[in-house]
Amino acid sequence: MAHGGPAGEEEVIDTSPVVGDEVKYTTCYMCACRCGIKVYLRDGKVRYIQGNREHPVNRGVLCAKGSSGIMQHYSPARLRKPLKRVGERGKGEFVEIEWEEALSLAAEWLGEIRRTDPRRLAFFTGRDQSQSLTGWWATQFGTPNYAAHGGFCSVNMAAGGLYSVGGSFWEFGEPDWKRTKYFMMFGVTEDHDSNPIKIGLGHLKTRGAKFVSVNPVKTGYSAIADEWVGIRPGTDGLFVMALIHELLKAGKVDLDYLVRYTNLPWLVIQAPGTEDDGLFARDEAGNPLCWDGEKQAPVSALLPEVKPALVGDFTLPDGRAATPAFRLMAERYLDPRYAPERVASTTGVPADTIRRIAAELAHVAFEEEIVLNVPWTDWAGRRHSKMIGRPVAMHAMRGISAHSNGFHTCRAIHTLQVLLGSIEVPGGFRYKPPFPKPVPPAQKPAGKVGEVRPDTPLPGPPLGFPMGPEDLLIEADGRARRIDKAYSWEAPLASHGLMHMVITNAWKGDPYRIDTLFLYMANMSWNSSMNTAGVMSMLTDKCPNSGKSKIPHIIYSDAYFSEMVAYADLVLPDTTYLERWDCISLLDRPICHADGPADAIRHPVVAPDRDVRSFQEVLLDLGARLGLPGMVDADGGPKYPGGYPDYLANHERAPGLGPLAGWRGVDGRKHGRGEPNPDQLQRYVEHQSFWHYELPDGQKYYKMANKDYLEYATTMGFIGKPDQIVMHVYSEVLQKFRNAARGHGTIQPPDSERARIEAYFDPLPIWYVPFEEAAVDARSFPLHALTQRPMFMYHSWGSQNAWLRQIMNRNRLYMHRAKAASLGIADGDWVWVTSHHSRVKCQVKLVEGVNVDTVWTWNAIGKRSGAWALDPDAPEAKQGFLLNHVISELLPPREDGFRYSNSDPVTGQAAWFDLKVRVERCADAEFGETAPQFPTLRKPPGLPDTPKVSRFGAEFRKARTAG
Amino acid sequence: MTTLPAATQKKLGLVIDLDICVGCHACVTNCKEWNTGGHMAPLTDLKPYGAGVDGVWFNRVHTFEVSVGDDCRTVHFPKSCLHCETPACVTVCPTGASYKRSEDGIVLVDESKCIGCKLCSWACPYGAREFDTDAGVMKKCTLCIDRIYNENLDEVDRVPACVATCPAGARHFGDLGDPTSPVSRLVQERGGYDLMPEIGYKPTNKYLPPRPRRTRSQQIGAPEVLEPAGNGDRLLQWVDKLLSR
Repeated sequence: MAHGGPAGEEEVIDTSPVVGDEVKYTTCYMCACRCGIKVYLRDGKVRYIQGNREHPVNRGVLCAKGSSGIMQHYSPARLRKPLKRVGERGKGEFVEIEWEEALSLAAEWLGEIRRTDPRRLAFFTGRDQSQSLTGWWATQFGTPNYAAHGGFCSVNMAAGGLYSVGGSFWEFGEPDWKRTKYFMMFGVTEDHDSNPIKIGLGHLKTRGAKFVSVNPVKTGYSAIADEWVGIRPGTDGLFVMALIHELLKAGKVDLDYLVRYTNLPWLVIQAPGTEDDGLFARDEAGNPLCWDGEKQAPVSALLPEVKPALVGDFTLPDGRAATPAFRLMAERYLDPRYAPERVASTTGVPADTIRRIAAELAHVAFEEEIVLNVPWTDWAGRRHSKMIGRPVAMHAMRGISAHSNGFHTCRAIHTLQVLLGSIEVPGGFRYKPPFPKPVPPAQKPAGKVGEVRPDTPLPGPPLGFPMGPEDLLIEADGRARRIDKAYSWEAPLASHGLMHMVITNAWKGDPYRIDTLFLYMANMSWNSSMNTAGVMSMLTDKCPNSGKSKIPHIIYSDAYFSEMVAYADLVLPDTTYLERWDCISLLDRPICHADGPADAIRHPVVAPDRDVRSFQEVLLDLGARLGLPGMVDADGGPKYPGGYPDYLANHERAPGLGPLAGWRGVDGRKHGRGEPNPDQLQRYVEHQSFWHYELPDGQKYYKMANKDYLEYATTMGFIGKPDQIVMHVYSEVLQKFRNAARGHGTIQPPDSERARIEAYFDPLPIWYVPFEEAAVDARSFPLHALTQRPMFMYHSWGSQNAWLRQIMNRNRLYMHRAKAASLGIADGDWVWVTSHHSRVKCQVKLVEGVNVDTVWTWNAIGKRSGAWALDPDAPEAKQGFLLNHVISELLPPREDGFRYSNSDPVTGQAAWFDLKVRVERCADAEFGETAPQFPTLRKPPGLPDTPKVSRFGAEFRKARTAG
Repeated sequence: MTTLPAATQKKLGLVIDLDICVGCHACVTNCKEWNTGGHMAPLTDLKPYGAGVDGVWFNRVHTFEVSVGDDCRTVHFPKSCLHCETPACVTVCPTGASYKRSEDGIVLVDESKCIGCKLCSWACPYGAREFDTDAGVMKKCTLCIDRIYNENLDEVDRVPACVATCPAGARHFGDLGDPTSPVSRLVQERGGYDLMPEIGYKPTNKYLPPRPRRTRSQQIGAPEVLEPAGNGDRLLQWVDKLLSR
């Protein structure tokens, strides 16, 4: 017999089953990548989700989260109907109410705020992918108190990039995966972005490029690196400066690139004690000057054929001394304190390794240069027959970002890239349109004195990029005007806000009291806050005199029963990602590829079976009820009666510019700019829910100085005019703050802030010991403690996913075997992890692949008992833990008792990774359960019982057999 | 007991590249979502939202460290049925439920004949069989037999779900019986190997070992250290030349 045993008959196999009766294309929302997905439906039920091969982000692949979308969509933790709190806040006692009641109530609270003082609304959105709508809504409402989660995620990378090179790692740029020969990755905690990094690493390793990972932890990506540099946390900036030191010492720097594309030739005024010290010398028209070596005279640095000097002392026509920024930069990093042997013990990277990596970078950049025979035209109209590539690419993310020195470290990495001539060249780091933008982008934050008024929109968006102290949002006495203190002297360049400080500040009434905290998809009573236990008590705390809550109203929108739900007074249930309209807009956080711009939509591939509404739909409804300009028509009725899809197709931010760039104009033939097209969304649905334009080959590189690209970007509305975008290694913006701190100008920091501003607003990248590390006793807290999210949960929302939680549902503390031995800790022991703030109890796992002075764990595995519709005794609650409990949102007190936020002093980025701890074995009796534990959350009304067995998919087989 | 085919026309299987597998689990969950509605549906999950959650998975990734100190390597090891040429999981089957197809070598379980005795899972040294206690039958990787020949799918999608979805491109599918096939050539070029060959099951699936790690500069033709371009006051001498913007 061919096969088969005693029972005989051969099995009949249907090798060509029909997978689904419908196929729909939409956009994933299981993390921040926003990949294209192809969804197979069978009898109205989701049968299978696969990656869309045509999509520019994922090109057909799909990660573990995207492939588990079915379980997210059908989760028993989905909220089902609006909820109104009836018991004490935090107890989880709710009644179901109708949408009309919910929206009337919200409009009543918000209407009162808007009529009196719009700042009393704090509107913060977490994993929001519709920030061009939510930001605009805040603007029209008139509150400056708006931001999304970037402030506690990666603002150091965004601001570090945008204030230096006009793009940034991840969202606004990417390595040239196809052509790079040497790839350095700094501090990627298995995070941004998911599929593109995996696709890229697969390609580059298969091509034979060398991959170096600089990371205290060797997991995932670092595990396949040719070389793992297990650096001590928070010292990457010093390591990079040592590489720069080596390159400068050897003259291995692309000088032609520097004079063409950067501000390093610009003349810096050397006039200590004066208000212009450290600023650029400018001509009468305001153009920066350089010293022309041929003419031996200062000339506009923006002209094409000049011959700029990079070193030398020069005298300006007004008699002041000036020197090129390059010289200041070079002298700084040539200082022996950046020599490899001097930084080795601090960074934990041997001096020989630093020297060798510098040599390898120089070799690949200059000896293995790439030449593409692609003609292009530079900004000045000069035609070039080829493109020269320096095939060294870099990527950096949260491990750099989440330190209080992250802004400068990010700038240091960009400086290294610039010196190698490897930004926006073949094989280097590439901008993703709509970037590059001028350094920094022209948009400034609104909310200054006089700009926040009752019943009035802000004159501009609440988030932007200050160019100097005059753009801060501060009162006349220097106090912050925003509830999160963004754009104050404590965090002047806080381009993404400081979401991690909102609850603490609102609870304290510092700088003022608010009325309503309005949150979307932000788990602030759990894994998205520092000092989690403290935040929970702030959310429920009441004024002793009035008996009223310190934060009077909390409105929360989420699709799931997250930990935050219990702390809301009003819960607005959102849809799942497969049930909604959405737009991934060029006005917002684009999904573009370096080869060209792209945007995308989500559309409902299945109808909700619950009484839920997408948050964007709800915002537009509330906007109409509140009469917000732009959301009501001339008669006061809703401007977008068709809801969010109506807005997507018909809203114009500027004439011809709307949320979506594709198929604009009345006949749908325009892209970028064009009149609204009533059929636009239909065109997207027909085109697999995305629009993508591939740039001609001659526009794919040198975008910052490529005439044809700059003209295209101008017509598309990406930039205001087609001028060259010069990269700012030397930041005049920072120097302006420093000069203010030195007593110049009309807007100066209060005396208490002067020293701090002067120290951290250095116009060139600096390195300093992270704040918590500097403040605590190294003997009491000798270890660094980090977190990362596993690839199968990175940036995902929730732990209720029945498949993903089988891969991991408890987390351990990973510790170096040798370190554990020295502390008498064995594998599997339970330990107390203690910081200056608090302590947690957890179980250890001993490993080799970690920096010896570092411990780490997977983040957001730990869940509060009962949340997410998990059984109260689920391992997530009993053996999972959050390191958040030991991270304080405030630094240890200054001498006068003042406590700064635990943030980067430039951007306000939450400094999660500055944490220092000690680890001690627990008593045997304490083994078995993590601590702290909190009372089990009560499931909101209407949620179903969770199944004891899931036979998901059996119905599809049954249908096939029957059919 | 069940007999094996004397030979198979093809030897369909997987080639897994351990050099670029980052352990992301995409193959694991995409396999799950395809197969839970596929030929052996469902891939039952017990206590899906509770303690002791336990489900049927055809493909799992194990992550572990090998060796110590500088030599230590973190390995991500995806593992599913290897569709062996001489698997005891078939020959031990008392009912003929477990069988190997003569046309392509895929090892399958005919659920209608499976009595749930689990002899096959004891016989499999790779732990690749998955017992569905709810259904009372043994289940396992089918090499996506309902995809690879599926005329209702685009031709490019006619590969196992784990291969189609792998973001790093670490998984390959093809006929390992044909020495000229791309997968066979890959095995040849990269020194692909059998998992535990000493057991003698002749697994069809192959693993590609990690490429040698290049940690020395000579390996990429670079010097160990850069020579200084100047010294002392002349440190920046190399910059002092006429450059053009």
